[in-house]
Parts: sequence; structure tokens; C-alpha cells
Amino acid sequence: MLLSDIKNLLDAKVLTKESNDVLSQKDIHTACGCDLMSDVLAFVKDQSLLLTGLINAQVIRTAEMMDIVAVCFVRGKLPAEEVIELANEKGITILSTELPLYISCGKLYSEGLRGYLND
Amino acid sequence: MIKKYDISGEDFSLAGEASSDFKSVMKKIGMNPDVIRRVSIAMYEAEINTIIHGGGGECEAEIKSDKVQVTFRDNGPGIENIDLAMQEGYSTAGDKIRELGFGAGMGLPNIKKYTDNMLIDTAPGKGTTLTLIVNL
Repeated sequence: MLLSDIKNLLDAKVLTKESNDVLSQKDIHTACGCDLMSDVLAFVKDQSLLLTGLINAQVIRTAEMMDIVAVCFVRGKLPAEEVIELANEKGITILSTELPLYISCGKLYSEGLRGYLND
Repeated sequence: MIKKYDISGEDFSLAGEASSDFKSVMKKIGMNPDVIRRVSIAMYEAEINTIIHGGGGECEAEIKSDKVQVTFRDNGPGIENIDLAMQEGYSTAGDKIRELGFGAGMGLPNIKKYTDNMLIDTAPGKGTTLTLIVNL
């Protein structure tokens, strides 16, 4: 699913500097809804979207290590400017949606964006 | 090639800077993406542990002809029970760390999962030295 489609489905804002054109070139294969970065580090595959209610810098660091393409902060949470700067520096897109985590995941799942089952 | 890093125990927001830098070094020299990913994840977990449990320390990361070897040393309290620490879900981290998304007891199991070898030298009161190895 294209990141531009995800943005539209979640009625999300883009906090990093990517244009819509760039978002429409980023293809997301799987997603994960999680506030535990330790679990993200254990299970997530690359080319993923991370949806989370945590907004600290370690979310971006975790995304960087896992080659996660984009992070979506839920329930309208906005991170500090340094967190956005770090994401820009690492080429990780940040979205922000007013929707809660469960509904955000449900919308994406029902449109065909699946999660990753650990083997 | 050897890179050395000081791991500050003072500011958790800086946690991951060493892993991030070493990841960019590995990318720059064109290493296998799977190796880069495994080293980066294991190194990041170990860096977080060094800060959370060790109060900071030092890291030496080396790319050899046949493997990547990364060692973290801290002067923290050491690990009392390695078997427990290796169990998924067991953690001695405090609430503050858990609120930041860590301390779920996945650190050492994750490091073991992503590496070919993990060596721990620790004793109560003597700090911890952890070496992780990913073969090329």
C-alpha cells in the first residue's frame, strides 16, 4: 500500500518534509501497531509502517535500525521538533492522525495492509 | 576497521547514536544489507542495555574479514542471574524506562536472536561486558 494512500485513509498530517509525490513512491508492505519498542525490534520486517502512541526520539531510532519506512503517531500526538528533525535526517516519514491506535490499525488492515507473523 | 564510542548514561534521548553511526559506516562500505540489519538491531539493544542497566559505558565495534564484532563494557551493577535475564519478558528495568517503550525483557533474547554469537562476562558489582558477533 502506498504511503500516500495510508495518509488519506487515516486522514493524517505529514510532519516531516516529504511531498505527496514522495509519499506516493513509498510502498509499505506490512504494518505494526505497538508502544513497546522492544517488541518492534523483535518482530517487525522492513518496508513497514509503525503506528504508535509513543512520541520520543527512540521511536525514530528504533525505526532507523529496523529500516521502517514511516511512523504514524496516533491520537493526535505531536512529537518534539528534535524528533521530527531526526526523522528528516534519517529519511523516515512521520504521519500524525487523530484516530486512536486500534481504529487506525483496523482501517489499514481492512484495506489489505497486513501485519507480520513471526516464524 | 575499528570504531570506538562513549555511551553516555546521562541522556536517554541520545541512546542509539553509536548504533546509528556504525550502521552508516557499514552502509557506506557496502556491506550485505542483512548483516547490517542484524548488527544494527543487536547493537542498538545492547546500547540501550548499557544505558538502562549499566549507567553508560564504552563500545568498540570492529569489522573483520570474516565477522563483525561489537563489545559493550559498563561499570554497572552486573547481571545477577543470567538465565533469568535471557528469558523473554524478564526485566529489572524501572517504570520510567518502560514508559519510553523499553524494559520489556526482550533485550538479551533479541541480541541472541539476531547474532551468530553472544558472549556475556558479568558478576554482581563488577559490571558487564557483552560481545556480539555476526559472521560475514
